[in-house]
Amino acid sequence: MSRSEPALALPAARTLAARHRVKWWEALPWLAGIAAFFFLPSYLAFGTQVLITILFALSLDLVLGYAGIVTLGHAAFFGAGAYTVGLLAAHFGWKEPLSGLVAAAAVAGAIGFASGYVLLRTRGLALLMLTLCTMAILQESANVAASYTGGFDGMPDLTFAPLLGIIPFDVLYFRSQYLYALVVLFVCFVVVRMLVYAPFGQSLTGIRENVLRMHAVGAPVHARLVIAYTVSAAIAGVAGALFTQANAFVNLATLGLDRAAGVLIVLILGGYGRLYGAFVGAIAYMVLERALANAYPTAWQLGVGLTLMAVALFARNGIFGLADALRRRLAAPGSK
Amino acid sequence: MDLTGILLGGLAAGMVLFIVSVGLSVTMGLMGFVNLAHGGFAMLGGYVAVMSMRHWSLPFPAALALGFVAIAALSVVLERLLYARLYQASELDQVLFSIGLVFVLIAAITLGIGPESQTLVLPDWLRGQTDLGFIRYRTYSLALIAVGTLLLIGLWLGFERTRLGARIRAAVDNRRMAESLGVDVGRLFTLTFAIGSGLAAVGGGLGAEILGLDPQYPLRYLPYFLIVVAVGGLGRVTGVFCAALLIGVLDFVLKVEFPKGGSMFIYALTLMALLWRPQGLLSRRGG
Repeated sequence: MSRSEPALALPAARTLAARHRVKWWEALPWLAGIAAFFFLPSYLAFGTQVLITILFALSLDLVLGYAGIVTLGHAAFFGAGAYTVGLLAAHFGWKEPLSGLVAAAAVAGAIGFASGYVLLRTRGLALLMLTLCTMAILQESANVAASYTGGFDGMPDLTFAPLLGIIPFDVLYFRSQYLYALVVLFVCFVVVRMLVYAPFGQSLTGIRENVLRMHAVGAPVHARLVIAYTVSAAIAGVAGALFTQANAFVNLATLGLDRAAGVLIVLILGGYGRLYGAFVGAIAYMVLERALANAYPTAWQLGVGLTLMAVALFARNGIFGLADALRRRLAAPGSK
Repeated sequence: MDLTGILLGGLAAGMVLFIVSVGLSVTMGLMGFVNLAHGGFAMLGGYVAVMSMRHWSLPFPAALALGFVAIAALSVVLERLLYARLYQASELDQVLFSIGLVFVLIAAITLGIGPESQTLVLPDWLRGQTDLGFIRYRTYSLALIAVGTLLLIGLWLGFERTRLGARIRAAVDNRRMAESLGVDVGRLFTLTFAIGSGLAAVGGGLGAEILGLDPQYPLRYLPYFLIVVAVGGLGRVTGVFCAALLIGVLDFVLKVEFPKGGSMFIYALTLMALLWRPQGLLSRRGG
């Protein structure tokens, strides 16, 4: 221990050694989440959807923000998880929610592993289109297998067993779903947070920043990418399973381009590669969309579109990027 | 329907895909800008054509020309004012911007004209059927094939035989080298962007009869345009032409043969094509 102390005297070394530690403000999102349960009881259905989107965006952040894999087909895994619990509940009588999440994670993770193993050798536009095609194939398969999946109409009116055998799903007010989603999000967040601050996450960042150098130092680039993709797919599958369980239905839109593009927008809007971008982006985007859709039912896309364009033009790296720029400007007013 | 008929129908659809996508391929190849709003320009072109025919009773070719000019001019304004600020940005910021622009275009059409789908009324001389000797087929589809082929020849000549085309090819292959040889890539890009967007507008007008025309058009056909560009290769006119015909014919044939799930094959084939040649089927650089 005594040998490391002089090294830690350097500010840069201190920052590096402390960056994985939990900071005081990291409790705020969770306190806000619990507070919302008590103070916004009529918005819990909406809040549940927000939590599910946060989880989905968080899974995307692992591959997009940390590993630099740009994908346009992440809804493939969301939908795989959503359909897994839906099919299990409808055809096999497997209605227990928590084991359903595990099954969804396993199925989505397996699809992520298989597709990632093949696709992650490519980059750029080819990778973008390959992920999109994978998702489209899954969506068409769900459409064709209508006798199991309900085809275009999906599977409405699914029922699930009570949580832990005692807490039933709250169809009207979404109280139990909200807390359930919050707890699942917290567990997944802890996993992702540990992963990105572990040496594994550092090597993902290295691959994002300079893939040639990572090859040169002997890092198993492809294996790392496939593992990250698989974990991300499994978490996206959990988000999809939560969607099906909370809403008691599943349809083809869970596998669609709209959802894949939507989660990409959410993450870029919030700021990728920083864990909490998923939280800020999901809340900002969904609240904006809901408010505009209520106020201007025909023209809400105008406001959303203008906001996205403005963020892209004036706030590099999303809302968090804007906050960073403001903080730098405030911290060093004379240096400019 | 017999095989020749299906092939001709597929070729006509492929020509529309080609006319819309070729500009996207060149602009993405030049600047690496991921312009997801390209389909929006095609939609606007379609609306300009339909509306100018309906309200000013312009003849069909004049309406298409008006669409080309109007959308090319609009795209220059957008490019200079907005797109140009994002060339140095990450491709994710570009994606965010162009998706936002798609939303704005969708909302603008929904508010200004309405959410219902518009029908393009073809002039009399393009309706009905034409006897080709071995088959009687829809005149309009044959006209599309003829126009697409002429455009390909024109673009190919412009690309391979003119100074401007040589500059574009040089800039796509090696931008820094082209710039150090004195090519003003910024101005080149503005020009290419305008021509590409104008062609997309023409494609939107020509294809309105096949693809339909409503505010959701840019998002619905975005995967098709992107697939054509990815399979054809960036900045490759002939590559995009072959890819568009391949996709158009296969999509048409498979949807006729397997009405349910027919589009699955197109995605599966794209998947295999891109795994085999990630840079595009006809790319000179190869896998």
